[in-house]
Formats: sequence, C-alpha cells, structure tokens
Amino acid sequence: MATVRVYVTLKPSLLDSAGRTVAGALRNLGFDELKEARIGKLIELQVEPYSEDRVKEMCDKLLANPVIENYRIEAVSA
Amino acid sequence: MRAAVIRFPGSNCDQDAYYALKDDVGIDVEYVWHESDSLKEFDAVFLPGGFSYGDYLRCGAMASRAPIMNEVRRFAEEGRLVIGACNGFQVLCEAGILPGALLLNERQKFICADVHLRVENRQSVWTRGVDRVLRIPIAHGEGRYVLDSEGLKELNDCGQVAFRYVTAAGDLDPSANVNGSIESIAGVLNKRGNVLGLMPHPERASRQLLGSSDGLEILQAFKLVAANL
Repeated sequence: MATVRVYVTLKPSLLDSAGRTVAGALRNLGFDELKEARIGKLIELQVEPYSEDRVKEMCDKLLANPVIENYRIEAVSA
Repeated sequence: MRAAVIRFPGSNCDQDAYYALKDDVGIDVEYVWHESDSLKEFDAVFLPGGFSYGDYLRCGAMASRAPIMNEVRRFAEEGRLVIGACNGFQVLCEAGILPGALLLNERQKFICADVHLRVENRQSVWTRGVDRVLRIPIAHGEGRYVLDSEGLKELNDCGQVAFRYVTAAGDLDPSANVNGSIESIAGVLNKRGNVLGLMPHPERASRQLLGSSDGLEILQAFKLVAANL
C-alpha cells in the first residue's frame, strides 16, 4: 500500500480571503514578521498499486480545479 | 414545456425553484434525482441552490460529476434552457459548462441580502428586453466570481456577462460588489446564451409576497421558450 499526499493550493494570483484573515489574527498575536498566509488542502490517499499517472488523473478529474488551483503530488511510502 | 429541477444531496432551494416555476411562471415541473441519467421527457433544466455534498472539496465539485450532468451538458450543447442559481452556478462552473469559478467572498462573511443587478446582455433569452435594475436576494459564502484575464476578455467580447452587481441606481460601485467578484460579475452566459449561471436567487423573488417579483424577469425565459415549442 502506498501513501500519497496531494497538496492543492489556490493559484498565487488569486486572493485567499481565508488566508488573509488568518494572517491578520497571527499579527494580532504579535507575529509581526508575517507577510502572508495562504491556506491549501492536503489530501492523503492510500493506493495499491501506486501509479503517479493515475493519481494525476484523480487530480485533473476531481481533486483540483485547474481554473483556480495548482496541485503537487508526493509519494510518502511505496 | 416541462422543466426538471435537479436534486443533489444537500440541495435546499429545490422547492423554491419548483414552486416558482410551477405557480409563478406557470409551467410543468418535476424533480429529478442526480443519479438519474436521463432528461428525455424534459425541455429545460434548473440547477438549484444549496450545499450539494456539503460543499466538500469545493462547492459544486462532486455534484458536477453526477450522472445527470452528462444530460445537462447535452442540453447546454443542444441550445436548451439551463439555469443554475447559487450552488447551481457553482456546479455549472465546476462542470466546465460555464467559464470561471466561485471563491470564498472577499470579506469571508456569508451574505444574505437583497442585491441590485444590472442586465449587461439584453439579447439572451434569459435577459431579453430587461432594461431596468433588478432587486434579487443572494445567500452565499462563496460567490466571488474569478476568471483569468484572457477568459475575462473573451467573456466581455462575446457578451457573456449577464449581470453585474450595481447600486440601486444602476451604477457600478465597489460597495455594491458585495462578494468581491471580478468586474462585479453576478451572472454569466455560455456563448450561445441558453445557459445562465448566477449567484442571486431569481426563484426567491418570484412574487410580491416574497418581497420582489423581479426574478420573474429572468424565469420568464421558460415561458418564452414554451411558446415556441
């Protein structure tokens, strides 16, 4: 069984209003060094057998929306 | 004219759509479960608002892959009427039937309020001849319309912007753009003009008792097409 992590992030050009709110709260807590916070998703998959192409297909067909998001696949254990 | 109101798990404006079409527009309507794969007996489709699949992953993501969506796509391609309001709009975008996507409102809040809409395209069957500002409610947390600059240019050039958020007087103003949509876009059409997606709820503004009947100006399209069937 392989554990595969898919990281889905909002494209850098788009405003992440939730991330902006979190950044504001962190600054209120005194973290003045914080320039920006952006929130993405981590989707952990268990597959057997593992094929990167198949996981890519999962991303393209459902897990990420290419209009607004980028994704990165990381195979943790094979 | 027989319209289908598609029901997904988590749809919650399906009854509003059903009764607005049945009682206020005056056409035949039936609910269709999302797992159905046929719209054989129908002429038009209403994708209602709500929180299909709990908005998991992305609003409308799972619903847009439901079996019934192949038929909705066929309707769109054949030039039949398809409307998606609120979550229905998100579903149409996720399905790639309409361009763009809807993100969390700029100021995070879920907004439940009346908005004013200016009709930008008066040629489509959905907006034909509507030359006044419409007052229709919205109720959404994720209605910020986004599209890349290339897509936006095409949208404008092809007359696919159906509505923009404006002031009561009909003017563009940042204060009227409640969710921070790009260029204040509230609703878009496909190229052919038979598919409309919008964040406001015309089905919640279908009679004076509800506070406004301006939604009928849009839903009137079902009547117009019915007359030509």
